Amino acid sequence: MTVEMPGFSWIIPFIISAVFLHGLIKKVRVFEVFVEGAREGFLIAIKLIPYLVGIYVAVGIFRESGAVDLMVKVLHPIVDFFEVPADALFLSIARSLSGPAALGMMLEIFDAHGPDSFMGRLASTLVGSTDTTFYIIAVYFGSVGVRKTRYAIPVGLFADFTSLVASVYIVKKMFG
Amino acid sequence: MNWVFSFFILGGIFVGAFNGKLDSITPAAMDAANSAVQRAISLMGIISLWLGVARVAEASGLIDRMSRVIAPLFAWLFPSIPKGHPALGCILMNLSANILGFGNAATPFGLKAMKELQKLNPRPDTATEAMCTFLAINTSSVTLVPATIVALRASAGSRNPSEVVGAILFATMCSTLAAITGDYVMRIINRKRSSWR
Repeated sequence: MTVEMPGFSWIIPFIISAVFLHGLIKKVRVFEVFVEGAREGFLIAIKLIPYLVGIYVAVGIFRESGAVDLMVKVLHPIVDFFEVPADALFLSIARSLSGPAALGMMLEIFDAHGPDSFMGRLASTLVGSTDTTFYIIAVYFGSVGVRKTRYAIPVGLFADFTSLVASVYIVKKMFG
Repeated sequence: MNWVFSFFILGGIFVGAFNGKLDSITPAAMDAANSAVQRAISLMGIISLWLGVARVAEASGLIDRMSRVIAPLFAWLFPSIPKGHPALGCILMNLSANILGFGNAATPFGLKAMKELQKLNPRPDTATEAMCTFLAINTSSVTLVPATIVALRASAGSRNPSEVVGAILFATMCSTLAAITGDYVMRIINRKRSSWR
């Protein structure tokens, strides 16, 4: 996820210089303060490792075993009802689980159907319109030690499903 | 989370046994554990950089000024966070980074926001309403500039890489609206069930 649009390459340097300039004007000891913040970031990353291992292993096993394919088969009636192509549902499920996996699948679809085909456009819209629900929930809650996530997962999945239906609708409407 | 975690692992192994893929599950699990640590280490630098920059912006009063502008919207979305609490600044930075399409810059602010929200939590092992709302908005992703997608389309030889931006905007707005609505409904239902907020 390091690729960025050419026209936007100036935004980050601009933000960083604006922050430091503002800091200097307000007489902030910028280096000391920066190091303090960076130390906190370092500790957050360390604390994150066990949670990342947990979610990566769980998703890795689930994907490798073929359980995702099985889920697509089980969910077939819903798919037919909303007129969603099976590939798109598969991609949507992958999107909730793993960002790199979803990007990889999108590229596969680009290779197979072309980026300007219906499936190519649908895949782009789908991947662009939601985020990695399970990853975010596990990592964000994990980093502060929250174990009871209450209704966060159902709400996240509801949003993902909405994005799937909305993507199919809008791509059909816009590109026919 | 315990249920989801167990479901993935047990379900995966169970299905794998049926598919005769038990051989490849062990290496897949090891690989996954390995890449999780690598991911955390590669995040370490970015997180440190952005939290360092953010700390400077905080110390100079820049974040304070920005959060004052967006305060009314946040007061409506997160009624349980006191006005002027540092969590609001972090949420603001996280959402701005997401909106601009800098996913890598968004994570550090998101994690910091959770840390601040946790300070307001009377039950440290249970998610608060504000956390759920924050994650609902986050997982539905409010991207205005889908930079990665456009770049990947271009590299795959699309004639018009940015033609999907409008469609993405529509779909992401639908999903964010669904997330906010869903979160709101669940919050009301949960309040009725228990008196704890």
